[in-house]
Amino acid sequence: MAIQYTYHPDHLKNSEPIYTSVSSLKRGEMVFNIGPQHPSTHGVLRLEVVTDGEIVKEVIPHIGYLHRCFEKHAESMPFNQTIPYVDRMDYMSAMNSEHAYAMGVERMLGITDQIPKRVEYIRVLVAELNRIASHFVAIGTYGLDIGAFTPFLWLMRDREHILRLLEWTCGARMLYNYIWIGGLYYDLPLQFEERCAEFSAYLKPKLEHLETLLITNKIFIERTAKVGLLPLDLAVNYGVTGPMLRGSGLKYDLRRVDGYSVYPELDFDIPIGTGAMGTVGDCWDRTYVRMQECRESLKIIDQCLTMLSSELKRDKDFNPRVLVPKKIRPKAGDYYVRAENPKGELGFFFRTDGRSDIPVRCKARGCSFVNLSVLPEISKGVMISDLIAIVGSLDLVLGEVDR
Amino acid sequence: MNADLIFDLLKASFGQKVLQIDLNDQPQSIEITAQENRELFTFLRDDDRLYFDMLSSITGIDNGPEVNTMEVIYNLYSIPFDLHLMVKIKFDRETPLVPTVSDIWKTANWHEREIFDLLGVRFEGHPDLRRILLPSDWEGHPLKKDDILQERYHGIKVDY
Repeated sequence: MAIQYTYHPDHLKNSEPIYTSVSSLKRGEMVFNIGPQHPSTHGVLRLEVVTDGEIVKEVIPHIGYLHRCFEKHAESMPFNQTIPYVDRMDYMSAMNSEHAYAMGVERMLGITDQIPKRVEYIRVLVAELNRIASHFVAIGTYGLDIGAFTPFLWLMRDREHILRLLEWTCGARMLYNYIWIGGLYYDLPLQFEERCAEFSAYLKPKLEHLETLLITNKIFIERTAKVGLLPLDLAVNYGVTGPMLRGSGLKYDLRRVDGYSVYPELDFDIPIGTGAMGTVGDCWDRTYVRMQECRESLKIIDQCLTMLSSELKRDKDFNPRVLVPKKIRPKAGDYYVRAENPKGELGFFFRTDGRSDIPVRCKARGCSFVNLSVLPEISKGVMISDLIAIVGSLDLVLGEVDR
Repeated sequence: MNADLIFDLLKASFGQKVLQIDLNDQPQSIEITAQENRELFTFLRDDDRLYFDMLSSITGIDNGPEVNTMEVIYNLYSIPFDLHLMVKIKFDRETPLVPTVSDIWKTANWHEREIFDLLGVRFEGHPDLRRILLPSDWEGHPLKKDDILQERYHGIKVDY
């Protein structure tokens, strides 16, 4: 049956009304909408902007255009069946979200310590590959927003290699359902390690190209440095996490702070914003943190590949599903689990009753949702073109804002 | 500092407002009363032994018409001391009214709007309590256990 919509001129006004009352506007002020269908909002985000000429007086984000009822779905089906829905939250980094979710359920079941080392290393490997892919989209589209076209094409070309590698592991390009509770869907395909090492060697000089082409480009610096300043105290008070918080100068990465999975065994740095081109916590800092994180992820990938082809070598008898539980029945209680996604802290809150394999309540704390909430605060009094630069530097994925 | 000590600390300062501690939860949780608890939250944020400067998440739960309670759960984290704490507030389902913490942690603003949107909990003193995920003319609060879906929304059949 086709979806039948009845037109009425008031529907639009009633479903998402303008927040600002037009009669209260001062002389010369104007209200207009950016989005929901606008390329620079990176999805279906609608920004209601009050302007005075070129100056932005106020920004009111309207969200919910991509609300797909994740929480309602999650409380109506068993834990393992929710994983595909988790993929669709932050579709740019589905592996990382899966990793966080699977880890959460494993912690509830108390099997975190029993997961085989090879499984953990494969998880970290694919998650870091996905982190690079996610940052590439973030940086590429950010360049696109403020007028640099070539870096976007270069980054999409390199991201394609990552997507193909991940497609090889599980058959899907973006929404993987690869990391299962207690294990993995499959072991890595034959010769994956070699191909991945080739890719890692290929990518290293490309990151240098990116840095000279975009990050240290004079026009890019002029557009992003000293724009959208996010002071550290404000960032923490708003619960901002991920590259945005690190861009504001705090060395805070859950991979180190919580030390989950095998991250404590791996050697990597946590880049932070230093205000090298302007002030600490500007758009340039955030972008540079993302770029440096790609380098760190490559470091992690190299270490994982070394481990996976030496100590934890492929084995005929290795079964990645050996710990996958038949029936998931965690103890009754409340749990909050979090992990570092490319965009920040992804948290899952679970309440279980101890009787069924369906959670009573499952809430996802999306990092993009929280990061977006700081936008009205940091974009007061900027130019409209700077507003676009600020929105781009938040690195939003609307799938996760709306869930 | 673990949840036991935080519980004793809160008990000493706020007495009757701190109800009980649950060590089975991860992170361990403390239940407090729903009324006049803003001082307690401010204490959690500002005390130099705790310094819970980050509010990770707020979750609303409807326990259903049989139990007739609702809950709001705060997940706090202290960056300088690496402390986790879960704070729970339980209240009657008929009077879903909780004081806002959106001026203590600004991140609560949108989280509280989301809980209002999906569960109908009202946050007293919230500066801008509007729906956030659902359209403004949606009827009901879909995560409530006894929520009845409207039959049609703008002519579109809702329940398939």
